[in-house]
Amino acid sequence: MSGFLSLHGIRKEFNGVVAVDTFDLDVEPGEFVSFLGPSGCGKTTTLRMVAGFEQPTAGTIRLAGKDVTYAKANERNIGMVFQSYALFPNMTVAENIAFGLRVRKEEGSARSDRVSELLDLIHLPDKAKSYPNELSGGQQQRVALARALAIRPQLLLLDEPLSALDAKIRDDLRAEIRRIQRQLNITTIYVTHDQEEALALSDRVVVMSKGRMEQVGEPFEIYNNPATGFVASFVGQLNRLPVTVEDPALGRIRMGRNELRTTSMIEAPTGAGVSLMMRPEEITLDDAEENVLEGIVETVTFLGSIVRVQVGVEGSKVIADLFNERLLELPEAGDSTRISFPPHACWVMA
Amino acid sequence: MTISTAPIPVSTDAEAPEAPARRNRFWAWVIFIMTAVYFLIPLGATFWWSLRAEADKLGFEAYRRLFEDANFWPSFTESVVNAVAAIFLSLLIIVPTAYWVTLRLPRLRPVVEFITLLPFVIPAVVLVFGLIRLYGRPPLLLTATYDSSRVLLICAYAALSFPYMFRSVDNGLRAMDVRSLTEAAQSLGAGWPTILRRVIFPNLRVALLSGALLTFAIVIGELTIALFMAQQTFGPYMANLTRSKVYEPSAMAVVAFALTWAAMGTIALITRPGKRG
Amino acid sequence: MLPFFLFSGMFLIAPAIILAYRSLEGPDGTLTLDNYRALTTDTVIAAYSMSVRISLTTAVIGGLVGFFLAWAVSMGGLPRPFRSGLTTFSGVASNFAGVPLAAAFIFTLGRIGVLTALFQLIGVDLYGGGFTIYSYWGLSLVYLFFQIPLMVLVMLPALDGLKQDWREAAENLGATPGQYWRRVALPVLLPSILGTMILLFGNAFGAHATAYALTGGLLPLATLLIGQQISGDVLNNPGLGYAVAMGMVFIMGLSIVLYSILQRRSERWLG
Ligand SMILES: Nc1ncnc2c1ncn2[C@@H]1O[C@H](COP(=O)(O)OP(=O)(O)OP(=O)(O)O)[C@@H](O)[C@H]1O
Ligand SMILES: [Mg+2]
Repeated sequence: MSGFLSLHGIRKEFNGVVAVDTFDLDVEPGEFVSFLGPSGCGKTTTLRMVAGFEQPTAGTIRLAGKDVTYAKANERNIGMVFQSYALFPNMTVAENIAFGLRVRKEEGSARSDRVSELLDLIHLPDKAKSYPNELSGGQQQRVALARALAIRPQLLLLDEPLSALDAKIRDDLRAEIRRIQRQLNITTIYVTHDQEEALALSDRVVVMSKGRMEQVGEPFEIYNNPATGFVASFVGQLNRLPVTVEDPALGRIRMGRNELRTTSMIEAPTGAGVSLMMRPEEITLDDAEENVLEGIVETVTFLGSIVRVQVGVEGSKVIADLFNERLLELPEAGDSTRISFPPHACWVMA
Repeated sequence: MTISTAPIPVSTDAEAPEAPARRNRFWAWVIFIMTAVYFLIPLGATFWWSLRAEADKLGFEAYRRLFEDANFWPSFTESVVNAVAAIFLSLLIIVPTAYWVTLRLPRLRPVVEFITLLPFVIPAVVLVFGLIRLYGRPPLLLTATYDSSRVLLICAYAALSFPYMFRSVDNGLRAMDVRSLTEAAQSLGAGWPTILRRVIFPNLRVALLSGALLTFAIVIGELTIALFMAQQTFGPYMANLTRSKVYEPSAMAVVAFALTWAAMGTIALITRPGKRG
Repeated sequence: MLPFFLFSGMFLIAPAIILAYRSLEGPDGTLTLDNYRALTTDTVIAAYSMSVRISLTTAVIGGLVGFFLAWAVSMGGLPRPFRSGLTTFSGVASNFAGVPLAAAFIFTLGRIGVLTALFQLIGVDLYGGGFTIYSYWGLSLVYLFFQIPLMVLVMLPALDGLKQDWREAAENLGATPGQYWRRVALPVLLPSILGTMILLFGNAFGAHATAYALTGGLLPLATLLIGQQISGDVLNNPGLGYAVAMGMVFIMGLSIVLYSILQRRSERWLG
């Protein structure tokens, strides 16, 4: 065993239905780990087991060297931020933040010092006497964060804290959360189904699907070297072309009459039908020496900094994301075009 | 800024999971059983009493006597007729009002809500007091004959039903989004009478029915107003019976409870989620 | 719209106004407050204080019992069907007032009541011991039959409004279940609990039929006093009768206003 927080062989069933299965994770002190996955994949359930609101069917949870698998939630000293904010409506902002200290019987002056410290930290010093229903969603979530931090938790858990907020506030608060986490150096687990959020915030990302861990790794690694087809298609956009293997050793493959090459490993035998994967941003509309495909432009979508071009290639659709520069000549739907991608930017999956 | 996150050591070690809800459940049972006893004993006692009209044996003699009493059916039917008349009168007034307040004159809503709450502010005994003083002498003499008093009684019942009827209809209208329905009907060329009859009423069936049943449950055995207007309806009849007979009143109470249960049970049944319309 | 205002004007507002007007009228037809000064008459005071005592008692007891009952079926871990059963029963019982209710209790705890007889069997003589169903406690016991269910009907949705997240947030911050109830759940529910108790108070205060059917005129109650004043001038002062009626309207109005204020606050919290 190792790690500040370690989940070992965690499994959770609800009335015989498996929600989380064989979950193993070690989190280092001060680390920021995200759980990323589609709705219903068991992120919240895992988080709630760490918080103590659910008990695992099997497995152990250790925190700072202690087995807390069955410890009571109110004895774990873990801070949690809820998607719904869950601020107590009958208390002011200051009272909400002080709640955890109050039930710990912390003395009055230390308590109010701590509250103003935290109000400064979340940049809401003048809202101490407001009630939650007088605050915006973003402000409420900041208060919820402060409330969770007030008890000096060993671990901070956030369950989709931003998903009830508008896009703009979401971005601001996201940066804020990361700033505060760094400043306090607090070990954090962050649940989200938004890949951008996970990639932007985390030291490491756990991608989950159907109750299982698909891959654990740094954002860069998850994005560039997805371990499974699920990870590859869930994190970021991905093109998938049907190809046949020609020479696994040389990385030679064929799509219709086009010869293609990849520098990554091919585990399938010659003649096997596989998929060739590549990210849209790796594709250019320029001519290149190899990996060139001919096709017809189907749609062109302007997305601001990016222009997304969909090209039909021998019955498959390929998406190319072009960086928008002043000099970029936009293709039009119906144009015939050539697309290409470097051999090191594509890989084969079964 | 110095915000420490020095962990406070946790003292817990792994223990077997326990069932913390057990103590709650114990108290829940205690409360439930004690109140159940309180509610069931009077009902049970009354029912038992109603079976004892014949010496030395249990039977339905009290019910037979009750139903054969010369005044039972006349007073009961009179109350039913009164209740139905009051319900229709109330519907006729409240449905258009609620509709208008929702759609056309939302500014009047507070006023209308206030007025429909008046029956809670003016207790029945005070209302009948005022009615008698107001309509008991010319120029508005309405209590002169039995039948004119009866009209006054029905009007009073309709007024008493306003809080329930308005709430019920208002909720119904909110649930069905009157505005779009009305606009859709108008765009298809329907006039106001048609809209009310063909669009609003059918969609409000559940709300109207539950308002009507609630009114029925309250009005059918109403005592206070009928008593002071000298009406020979079911309420005064039951009060009389309680004073003059021994076993029949118990049968009467059981019947009244069953009636209330039927009305409220029907409401529960028709308003069950997923059974709208 | 017009029929509504006309109708409520004729059958709700005008009757109240005529009582208000008469209550301000002296025997010689002049405007005066004498009738309201006369409210301190012993008979009136006795009736009001009995009404207030019974209403307070049944509001507090009915409120507490109703609250715990609602809690028991919604979060106390009782089997699910209990809840819908109780809801329907409460709808029935809260509307089961008047003559039949009075009769049911006479058959239970009256002189010839079943429970009275049972107590006698085990050697407890209720009526010999001073109890009677036609008394303050007797009537309170009867009123509770519709007060408790009314409380249940209002509290069930209020308890549903308590968010699971609040409980978990409190627990997460180190609160015990007791601390959660004391510092979060009860304060959040308090407006609703108090408001409904006030509603129960008004409900009992304005009740006439049940008391009339049970006691005739034995018990001094504000509603019974007004009833007697309608049939014959028992106070020997018609103007005083009107003032007593207006006093009731005032108290009922006050309780409705307080109830709606508290209910509004509660809805803001419990959404
Ligand atoms: N209390 C429960 N009882 C029964 N099943 C549950 C319970 N809680 C969760 N589940 C099931 O467990 C699975 C995982 O749920 P969970 O809430 O962990 O998903 P999630 O990844 O958080 O999804 P989302 O992104 O929608 O929040 C789901 O299939 C859910 O239906
Ligand atoms: Mg979730």
